[in-house]
Amino acid sequence: MKAKITMEVTIMSIKWDEFFITGDPLILGSQIAIVLTMIGAVAGITYLKKWKYLWTEWLTTVDHKKIGMMYIISAVLMFFRGGMDGLLMKAQTAQPEMGFLDSQHYNEIFTTHGVIMILFMAMPFLIGLMNVVIPLQIGARDVAFPQLNALSFWLFFSGAMLFNISFVIGGSPDAGWTSYFPLAGKEFSPGIGNNFYAVALQIAGIGTLMTGINFIVTILKMRTKGMTLMKMPMFTWTTFVTSILIVAAFPIFTVALALMTFDRLYGTHFFTVSGGGMDMLWANLFWLWGHPEVYIVALPAFGIFSEVISTFSRKSLFGYKSMVFSILGIALLSMVVWVHHFYTMGSGPAVNSFFSITTMAIAIPTGVKMFNWLFTMRKGRIKISSAMLWALAFVPCFVIGGVTGVMLAMGAADYQYHNTLFLVAHFHYVLIPGVVFAVFAGLYYWWPKMFGFMLNEKIGKWHFWLFVIGFNVTFMPMFFLGLNGAVRRAYTYSAESGFAPLFMLSAIGSIILAAGFAVFCYNIYWSIRYADRNISSDPWDARTLEWSTASPVQFYNFAKLQEVKSLDPFWHMKKKNEGLTLYDSEIEEIHMPSNSWLPIYMGVIFGIAGFLLVFEWHIAAALAAIGIFAGLIIRSFDYNEGFHVKKDEIHRIENAWRKTEGEVHDHVS
Amino acid sequence: MIMSAKVDTSLPLEYQTEQDRMNILGFWVFLGAEIVLFATLFGVYGVLYERFAGGPTHKDIFVIKDVMIQTVLLLTSSFTMGIAIFEMRRHNLKGLIIWLVITLALGAGFLFMEINEFIHYAHEGATMQTSAFLSSLFVLLGTHGAHVTLGIGWATMVIIQLLKRGLTPTTARKTFIIGLYWHFLDVVWIFIFTFVYLKGLVA
Repeated sequence: MKAKITMEVTIMSIKWDEFFITGDPLILGSQIAIVLTMIGAVAGITYLKKWKYLWTEWLTTVDHKKIGMMYIISAVLMFFRGGMDGLLMKAQTAQPEMGFLDSQHYNEIFTTHGVIMILFMAMPFLIGLMNVVIPLQIGARDVAFPQLNALSFWLFFSGAMLFNISFVIGGSPDAGWTSYFPLAGKEFSPGIGNNFYAVALQIAGIGTLMTGINFIVTILKMRTKGMTLMKMPMFTWTTFVTSILIVAAFPIFTVALALMTFDRLYGTHFFTVSGGGMDMLWANLFWLWGHPEVYIVALPAFGIFSEVISTFSRKSLFGYKSMVFSILGIALLSMVVWVHHFYTMGSGPAVNSFFSITTMAIAIPTGVKMFNWLFTMRKGRIKISSAMLWALAFVPCFVIGGVTGVMLAMGAADYQYHNTLFLVAHFHYVLIPGVVFAVFAGLYYWWPKMFGFMLNEKIGKWHFWLFVIGFNVTFMPMFFLGLNGAVRRAYTYSAESGFAPLFMLSAIGSIILAAGFAVFCYNIYWSIRYADRNISSDPWDARTLEWSTASPVQFYNFAKLQEVKSLDPFWHMKKKNEGLTLYDSEIEEIHMPSNSWLPIYMGVIFGIAGFLLVFEWHIAAALAAIGIFAGLIIRSFDYNEGFHVKKDEIHRIENAWRKTEGEVHDHVS
Repeated sequence: MIMSAKVDTSLPLEYQTEQDRMNILGFWVFLGAEIVLFATLFGVYGVLYERFAGGPTHKDIFVIKDVMIQTVLLLTSSFTMGIAIFEMRRHNLKGLIIWLVITLALGAGFLFMEINEFIHYAHEGATMQTSAFLSSLFVLLGTHGAHVTLGIGWATMVIIQLLKRGLTPTTARKTFIIGLYWHFLDVVWIFIFTFVYLKGLVA
């Protein structure tokens, strides 16, 4: 009888019995919530008759600003998901021998927390800000390949959704965000959870690679007249170098994930214990991508801080050239430090020493940047806005992360720290101040440019203090727990270990942190409802070109393309009162790209094919893949050449915002 | 998107508009990513190439005569692709299409040989699942072969567009880019020939 059932459920190798995850009240609750939310969303959109608006204005858009906003919205949602994972972990470890989560569930949660926070929160948040800001900062009307840009977004979104459904359908990956072999192999993780990891990250990764290519070409070829490389704003520079790192590093991840897929789905022996495979090859490939990835998220964040600190200190960035060279130095060094993630592999003293030295060397250009920020503030007329607060808090918090990083960089000492919570505390002290503070700073700073109203500064300060205090209370104790021997990724500990008080403190911190995030969401809600709509297009008295046009930015960005003579061009335009007025004779027809349904179609079809592949339904997946090729063929024969914006329309739009400019309210000071 | 306003007729057809220049630069950057991708596969092969796990070794399975034929076919196709682009620069549509078709025929010949090679390996008991060496061999060769296959399909699309629309800045740019892609695959093959086949035979 039992044999018969097994035979039935594996007909056509469809594993129906593994389809929906059952038996866990938390997951059941989520399943119900997801279904209700989806029904609610569909009903709401239908009731408000917004389907057409949604389709024409958002889902098919190729406008870099809207794509950027969609990235940011997705990132905030993913922040919520990843944050919930974090809170669940903190609840489980708040007391010794807790029974809240079992070990398997805990494994799944720390895995998804890591993947989601890095790849589906930090990356899209930054790429979203890049999308909104970079074309504006370089005085261009869009990116080099607008439709490819939309495709990048939809592939990211598709990968993110595929990864996220794993916990209700099929089971979450559970081998850590690093998914080390042999644990992540079929032998030790026979379920399909880790297939989600391999396939979903592959789809999202293709999107990211295209973003990298797009921004390299955009920044090299579309800068406005007079903007030489050394006159680019710092955020543009960091985006440029990050894009190069993406192109250099992401293909490694593509290959690593493909080999993982082959090992898990087709029985190859790249990383297996048997058949001559080598498990540490995975670790090497993963970190060959993974370490540059750290800088792929850190560099744009540094760019955001540079813009914010310069604007709110009302000074040009100190040491511009040294900033540029330190970015390049960091990027170069980031490619030659990957072994520091596994000194304990046993490569021997010579190899470990080499990687210790390269790792510590990164502290030098990073230190240069730190001092440049401090010197930018020196003698500046500093305005403590919400955006500036995040930049100020970044400096000391990130230094703690950096200094503990140098401690970890020492190969011999690392044998003590390896796999402890000390490391976990370290990288949270790098990534939260380095990336999360930056995206908050960037969001408060550029929000008025995106939407034409500001986020509330007072609520913003609550958000800031709760978040920063919560962050420190959560992660500072983990340094000491780690030094006392608490290992990472352990779902519980004994009372005798003496870890309980610090773990409890950390759990309390995480609640404060979550409260900060809740206030942030409330701020968005409050500002959408009540914020003053009548503000200047340049509320911060800022320095770069994005502030020289309307807020929210008109779809063609600039009526005339500016000529730039120096760094901080808009600042000088304002001081000299040059180039601010638009004359009728300067208005020309503007060429813009048309919307397209292909990017979202490709996202959907990649998602379907990926989903089928995750469940190892190979024939169905191959059929879905035909849809991918159909999309490529349609694109090849697509000769849509966009449309021209007529002079009258430009005239009307420019008049509308320029007229009101004189009678607007000054920003909150 | 075509900036129809600015056409610089002093340049070759494929470089005449700013959008086409950007597309070509973008493709060069993409080839940079492809280099990293293949470099990683070569690295993996370099790590695993002597891990036979009791299965067949290089000398057991490689048939150098067939590999030589494959090499000659693919290298010649790169040369004919060069002639095709040369004809395009001379605005000779007919010559362009003829040489493109010859290129694709040679590419298809290469693929035919490669598929036969895989079937031969499988008959010898050498499959992707046999050993780490064979896993990395099949995935490296297979990735290259998949690129050639995709290139043939893609170039066919471009030929149809050339027939329908003639030589315009857009079709010229598309042809030029597939040319870059084709030469790139040839370069990768030279590395495969050297570091997989020749090295395997002297090991």
